[in-house]
Amino acid sequence: MKLQQRRRLKLALRLAVAIAITVFFLFPIYWLFMISFKTAEEIFAFPPKWWPGQLQFDNYAVPFKDGDTITVWNSFVVASVSTGLAMFLGTLCAYSLARFRTGGENLANWIISQRMVPPIAVVFPIFLLYVWLKLVDTYVGLILLYTAFNLPYVIWMMRGYVNDIPKALEESALVDGCTRWQVLWKVVFPMCRAGLFATAIFTFVFAWNDFIFALVLTRTEVSTYTVQVTHYFGGQSNFWAKISAMSVLGTVPIFIIVGFMQRYLVRGMSLGAVKG
Amino acid sequence: MSDLRITALDKFYGNVHAVKGVDLEIPAGEFTVLVGQSGCGKSTLLRTIAGLEDADSGSIEIGGSDVTDAPPRDRDIAMVFQNYALYPYMTVFDNIAFGLRARKTPSGEIGPKVKRAAQMLAIDHLLERYPRQLSGGQLQRVAIGRAIVRNARLYLFDEPLSNLDAQLRDEMRGEIKRLHLELGKTMIYVTHDQIEAMTMADRIVLLRDGRIEQQGSPLDLYERPETKYVAGFLGSPAMNFAAAEISSVAGRLAVRIGESAVLPLPNARQEKLASWVGKPIVLGLRPEHISRARDGDSREGVTRCATTIDLVQPTGARTYATFRLGGTEAIAELQAHDVSQPGEPIELAIDMNRALIIEPSTEKVIQ
Repeated sequence: MKLQQRRRLKLALRLAVAIAITVFFLFPIYWLFMISFKTAEEIFAFPPKWWPGQLQFDNYAVPFKDGDTITVWNSFVVASVSTGLAMFLGTLCAYSLARFRTGGENLANWIISQRMVPPIAVVFPIFLLYVWLKLVDTYVGLILLYTAFNLPYVIWMMRGYVNDIPKALEESALVDGCTRWQVLWKVVFPMCRAGLFATAIFTFVFAWNDFIFALVLTRTEVSTYTVQVTHYFGGQSNFWAKISAMSVLGTVPIFIIVGFMQRYLVRGMSLGAVKG
Repeated sequence: MSDLRITALDKFYGNVHAVKGVDLEIPAGEFTVLVGQSGCGKSTLLRTIAGLEDADSGSIEIGGSDVTDAPPRDRDIAMVFQNYALYPYMTVFDNIAFGLRARKTPSGEIGPKVKRAAQMLAIDHLLERYPRQLSGGQLQRVAIGRAIVRNARLYLFDEPLSNLDAQLRDEMRGEIKRLHLELGKTMIYVTHDQIEAMTMADRIVLLRDGRIEQQGSPLDLYERPETKYVAGFLGSPAMNFAAAEISSVAGRLAVRIGESAVLPLPNARQEKLASWVGKPIVLGLRPEHISRARDGDSREGVTRCATTIDLVQPTGARTYATFRLGGTEAIAELQAHDVSQPGEPIELAIDMNRALIIEPSTEKVIQ
């Protein structure tokens, strides 16, 4: 075989493997989207139908009519507010840890260890506490909890990014007439912008995807979409149309956010990877 | 009037005493170079002047007001950092304008000021570029532009040229000196490079171990060092040192190195060293004070000495020749064609008028 042919064959093989892997991971998402557009007969058809006979939005109309979609809004509110809070507080803490050696060498390690606590281990004590504080089934309750749970992650990540900023950049700004707060705003934030976005996305996704805290700590008022979806699994039958429509509604915001921030996401992750 | 007065300044890093009771006064408009080996405290001293490090005791006055506890922004200083400290997300214009904006300069004044500073540094065609699009030399110019655009009382330079290659360094050295002449501002410049110190300074402050070893004009320090350390630090190749002894040969004083080398002292030095006969000393000889002996050259105090050359290092105009002086290795700075290869016998002329006699235990220069 000629060299050129051998190279082409190798390339084709590599492509085939890559495509197989991609299909394997994308198929569930594809199937989810397809179900959401199918009629009840099509969903249960055998052999399965690979795509719906016609594009129809009835499955989406139902949760809107029933008012179930409010849970997606609830998820959005608690995820974005808690992400904003965790990012703000966490970045300040991270700056302090990185630049003023607050708490010595070990405090940062202790902080990240807090992130490793399994949620199920703490959720019931928190529930009792929340009952007493009257925070069950409130925005404030969920936001506080997600903020607290995300803080260690934000602090750990942002500390790495701040450490990567040459100190002289900040010192130069101090000499040029900035206060510490101005340095934070004009130098530190722009310098670790990619890291900020990457960390914020992960924080948002954690809060967005959380199930266990929302399940235990909400009832009807601020129930999130992950909890709502479980209501469609019944003892007698499962409402696949509703499940798929709500799941799509819950997935699309993440697609949009990651799509917009992909640039920062990749850069931010590799930034952290080079220097931990 | 002095622009900077430092009194009994101390700085510790944990247990390390980095700056030890330094007193320093710098007159307005002077170009002062703080020089010393790495770890001597020169950068720490500069950073303490800037307010980037807190002083542990002592006081710092800038322009007559005490700034010991003032934050950097209230010290009326501008600073150039070793690694440029430019913001990668800002254009050259915005980088230079950063300090003006931070100090709320009216926006109408910023443009002209930035342009003037850029013109002085010949970077006015780069104002729209980003730092990543510039070369090392251009980056350093922008960093200097950031400092000079502001009308500060004191300009601090922390090893600004050490990241540049040799040729660019020579060029920027001249540039900074020219800026100093044009602006007439007080500048303090930190370097470990003695050539930078010699060529740029109005005054050199030589630091050692957190203390000022000696200060004065470059030639003052070069020609009249007070200690062996200063004598050895300045000059390239470095001064030759040899353990020796003052001895009396036929009623005249001479320096004896080992068994073989006896170098008679000039008339002017006879009387002052009379009390040192029989005592050990260290002899300091600059390479340029050892030359090839010429016929008919018999100046007073110049001693001839026949030897062989061990190593020859031509540098172009000059050739460094290594030889043994009474058992101690020494370097002579000869003219280009004085010696061609190792092993060559040669007669050298040693100018004992310029030799340093050093007390070995205190390492202070006696004469």
